[in-house]
Amino acid sequence: MKWIRVTTTENIPLREGRSVRIGDEEIAIFNLGDRYMAVDNSCPHRGGPLCDGIVSGDTVVCPLHGWKISLETGEVVKPDVCVKVGTYPVSVEDGVISVQYSKRDEEKAA
Amino acid sequence: MEELVIIGNGMAGVACLEQILKHAPKFNITVFGDETHANYNRILLSSVLAGERAADDITINSMEWYQQNNVGLRLGVRVTDIDPVNRTLTGDDRSVTSYDKLLIATGSNAFLPPISGLDKENVFTFRNLDDTRAILQAARPGLKAVVIGGGLLGLEAARGLQAQGCNTTVVHLLETLMNLQLDMTGGEYLQQKMEQIGVQVLTSRVTQRLLGNGRVEGLEFANGELLEADIVVIAAGIRPNAELGRKAGVTVNRGIVVNDYMETTDPRVFAVGECVEHRGQVYGLVAPLLDQGKVLAATITGNKGPTFEGWKPAAKLKVMGVDVFSAGEVEETPDTHAVRYEDPALGVYKKLIIRENRLAGVVLVGDAADSGRYLEWLRTNADLLVRRKSLLFPEPVADHGQTVAEIPDSETVCGCMGVTKGTIIAAIHEKGIRTLAQLKESTRASAGCGSCTSTCQQLLKAVAPEFEEEGKKVLCGCLPFTQENLREIIHTQKIKSVQDVLDVYGNGEGCEICKPALSYLVDVVWCGEHSEDRSARFINDRVHANIQRDGTFSVVPRMRGGVTSPAELRKIADVAEKYKVKMVKVTGSQRIDLLGVNKADLPAIWAELGMPSGQAYTKGVRMVKTCVGTEFCRFGVQDAVHTGIELERRLENLYTPHKTKMGVTGCPRNCAEVTVKDIGLVGQEGSWQVVVGGAAGKHVRKADLLITVEATEEALNAAMLFFQYYRENANYLERTYDFVERLGIEKVRKETVYAPEKQKKALLRRLQKSKALSQDAWLERSKPVHPTQFVQIQPMEAYIQ
Repeated sequence: MKWIRVTTTENIPLREGRSVRIGDEEIAIFNLGDRYMAVDNSCPHRGGPLCDGIVSGDTVVCPLHGWKISLETGEVVKPDVCVKVGTYPVSVEDGVISVQYSKRDEEKAA
Repeated sequence: MEELVIIGNGMAGVACLEQILKHAPKFNITVFGDETHANYNRILLSSVLAGERAADDITINSMEWYQQNNVGLRLGVRVTDIDPVNRTLTGDDRSVTSYDKLLIATGSNAFLPPISGLDKENVFTFRNLDDTRAILQAARPGLKAVVIGGGLLGLEAARGLQAQGCNTTVVHLLETLMNLQLDMTGGEYLQQKMEQIGVQVLTSRVTQRLLGNGRVEGLEFANGELLEADIVVIAAGIRPNAELGRKAGVTVNRGIVVNDYMETTDPRVFAVGECVEHRGQVYGLVAPLLDQGKVLAATITGNKGPTFEGWKPAAKLKVMGVDVFSAGEVEETPDTHAVRYEDPALGVYKKLIIRENRLAGVVLVGDAADSGRYLEWLRTNADLLVRRKSLLFPEPVADHGQTVAEIPDSETVCGCMGVTKGTIIAAIHEKGIRTLAQLKESTRASAGCGSCTSTCQQLLKAVAPEFEEEGKKVLCGCLPFTQENLREIIHTQKIKSVQDVLDVYGNGEGCEICKPALSYLVDVVWCGEHSEDRSARFINDRVHANIQRDGTFSVVPRMRGGVTSPAELRKIADVAEKYKVKMVKVTGSQRIDLLGVNKADLPAIWAELGMPSGQAYTKGVRMVKTCVGTEFCRFGVQDAVHTGIELERRLENLYTPHKTKMGVTGCPRNCAEVTVKDIGLVGQEGSWQVVVGGAAGKHVRKADLLITVEATEEALNAAMLFFQYYRENANYLERTYDFVERLGIEKVRKETVYAPEKQKKALLRRLQKSKALSQDAWLERSKPVHPTQFVQIQPMEAYIQ
């Protein structure tokens, strides 16, 4: 587990997402105005880039086939399936966004 | 079984036959028709002439229908003689047929006024499908067409010729157009309206002879005036075709005389339709004739009882943009008085004739929306005392559901086919009808002139549990408004951004459905002067490329008219190699698609191509597909390539409710397949047909003719009018083919190419404004809307395990 400094806040426009590669993962970071959220940048359906989706409240809609994913929990909200994507804690300090990241196997070991 | 022979295969005869078949099978039936077509809707001949419908579209009963109902059909045989003693009839093919019962439904003939030279070439009557086809063959844009006769039929013929691009003049004998149905003031209003839609009108002209050597070249009037003409159509009225009644030995005055049971003076001979005279009255409009058919069917099948009581005359002009309705008495008499309403600026004239608090007649010009209500008052002889102060004001319309609820069950909804509201409601309930098509098939309602279609739809909506009217639906759960409401809100409340609409009128969040729709709406309402919010756009519109299943993008540069050059092809090849494009594909829209491009490479690729965006990723102007036209093709008659390129230039970079595909083809062979495009131009010798609403996707739809014009600039103009009208009025994600079908081409024409000049100018002004504020989206390569619009963010520090 490690906090990684990713980018400055102005690099992610309001209600949009951007992807960033950290370690072996591609992570999508979203600017919801009052907070930033981070999830895996891959839709559990067909791997669509979630960072390119339209934000609806605290969910994002995958641009490929419209799956709706909660940025809070990583759960798929629509359709009704029991899968989820990974979520990452985000912090903002002095205009810099940091993501708490751990490698998958590391996490499991911990 | 008895032999029943029907002479006449027109609307009245066959409608009566349908009614006869509803009673138990009693007869062996044979129908004689002197035309060679199956039974068709004569009312719609004017829309065939105007190019709105194909000849096949107006068939009522197909050949199969006759077979299925065991009805013998003798087409192309004219009955020349009847022997009432031996009960036989003779055809012009010398056949002799016996009958037990005979039904004469020979309709009427065009009245030919005493004019010399009627036998010249390019002189037509306008009575049947063959006439219509012959006129269509002769009509060419720019030709001078003259219609003799300013009655219903003449005006409809004139409109049809004008839609074919002819310079059209109506010549009328009397001072007042439609003098049987209108008073002098009404006639003046009508004349103005006709002139507004581009038809010249000459009244008080007695045509004396047609001039020309072989082919007609002009008219000479009794006052010595001359008028040039390349085509002359005679529509001076109709006369009952009662000749066979005389041969059958029954009483004939103007028409074949029948009593209230539709019996003639021979118990074996019956008559129905325009050839009939009942209580001294001859009818030329379809509704009373269908009523006659019902009565006659009961009488002839041994169910005698129902009677035909005669109808008050009523007429509706089916000329787009010119609403005229007239029923009952036209002129005031000493025992009546008139209630009038006039607005010369709007061209609206209404007159009600009242006798002892009851309606005796009505004339409406310019606004015939209330015709149903007045017809009902006439028919029921309603006491109007309590309504005296609001006779001319429409009933308050809260919403459509309520209006249709207020129609009494006995009121006729479809005047053409004589279908009442009660019949429609019963059919919906009993037969589980859900769609307009089913309703049409089952009751024939709206199968005539189609003017009752919206009432039928409202009835379906109100009564059929599963009926859903498109376009009335709210957009999504985020904001409880229809798109129509939203346009109005955005406009009147002066809202310029998606988020403001959502914050004030919605849940503040929005979703993937409403955000792109609202993005479109604020753009189109403010003609590009909105505040653009890319987060509300789909990814394709954020990066101006089409996202593919693997998250990469495709790049389609604009190649106007599908024309490219060796240099351009070389650049495309270089770019494809340099950026390791996964596939290079020629698209169906005459362009080249580079597939499998990474988002981050987009700006560099666009720069190196140096070509504008083809908008292949968005709901916007796609391509204009062209054929080579006169440039190279030996058959081409119009310059398709340059016209197509010009059309593309004028509309490119604009957003539309859904993708908009266009095409321009240089001759009627239509190699550019433009009749299945959203907007198409079909080149003809000396003119262009502008067609709209075609489709070749999930379903296939042939485009409707918007207008035929001579000049290329006029054709481009018509396309632009339709384009902007579609932008402003279609729902987001509604293709033109759904849009045109929802509104009806009549309405679309009326609101675009046949709209008042002022309205057309306003449409074009808004289009120009949007166009001026638009730009090639790929220019964002050097001026991104956000520094990270295309880039992949690099973390400030690396992850080290």
